[in-house]
Amino acid sequence: MTLHTSELLHQWSAITGVAALAIAGEVLIASAMRDLGDLDNHRTGPGLKGYLGPIKAVLSSPKFLTGAACMALNFFAMLWALSIVDLSLAAPAIASLTYIGNAICAKLVLGENVDRRRWLAVLFVCIGVVLISK
Amino acid sequence: MKHALKPSQYAILITIMLTASVGDTLLSRGMAQVGQVDMQHLGLLWHALFNPFVISGIVLLIGFFASYMTALSWADLTFVMPATAFGYVVVALLSRFWLHEQLSIYRWAGIFLIVCAVGFVAGGPSRTENPDDPHELGLMDSGAGR
Repeated sequence: MTLHTSELLHQWSAITGVAALAIAGEVLIASAMRDLGDLDNHRTGPGLKGYLGPIKAVLSSPKFLTGAACMALNFFAMLWALSIVDLSLAAPAIASLTYIGNAICAKLVLGENVDRRRWLAVLFVCIGVVLISK
Repeated sequence: MKHALKPSQYAILITIMLTASVGDTLLSRGMAQVGQVDMQHLGLLWHALFNPFVISGIVLLIGFFASYMTALSWADLTFVMPATAFGYVVVALLSRFWLHEQLSIYRWAGIFLIVCAVGFVAGGPSRTENPDDPHELGLMDSGAGR
């Protein structure tokens, strides 16, 4: 029984850790893009060359770089988590936790106005993701 | 507060939905061909880079990341999130109508819920501002980054 509980704890801390990295990455990147504003305004000119402006603006944002590093870590943490948790549990659990965490952080950190409609959407997405991976 | 999106912005959201799901599917198809990669066979990863499915999957995922960031530059994170979730629906529908797999009632219910979620959010504004989120914060940050 105690072995079972500690194994469960191990699995769920892996799931929570991977989700936390994903949330940190997405919120940092969202915050970086919010600061930059519409990328069209960073265009330096017409054609493909005009995209150098937005690319330079994004790559010189420390928030974006930290967020991207979190995403990269998340990728490797996910591979590690899959070695201790079954994919059929890990994928929907991580996705649902990430959606809920993102919504909470979007409200608290990014200052987004998460109204009832959006909370309902988060709830529906979470249940939907769990059902789809059944 | 913007209530209407430009056609190019709808195109970005649709690109997010399609590239994430199709990219993941191509990647998993390609990696299934390459075989299991573990610590003893890291060389297989190099091999994987020459698999056409893996290459097209990576190209699509780069496209996903670029359009995701573009969307976040004019929309809220909570606005874009249901669009990324819609990728699950695309994968499920692809497996039903392209790979001819049978979808269980649970999967259809999941598809229905995610479609509803997209509907809830799409009806509202794409970017909301918090009144006590001063614009100076953004300016200060960009100054600190220089």
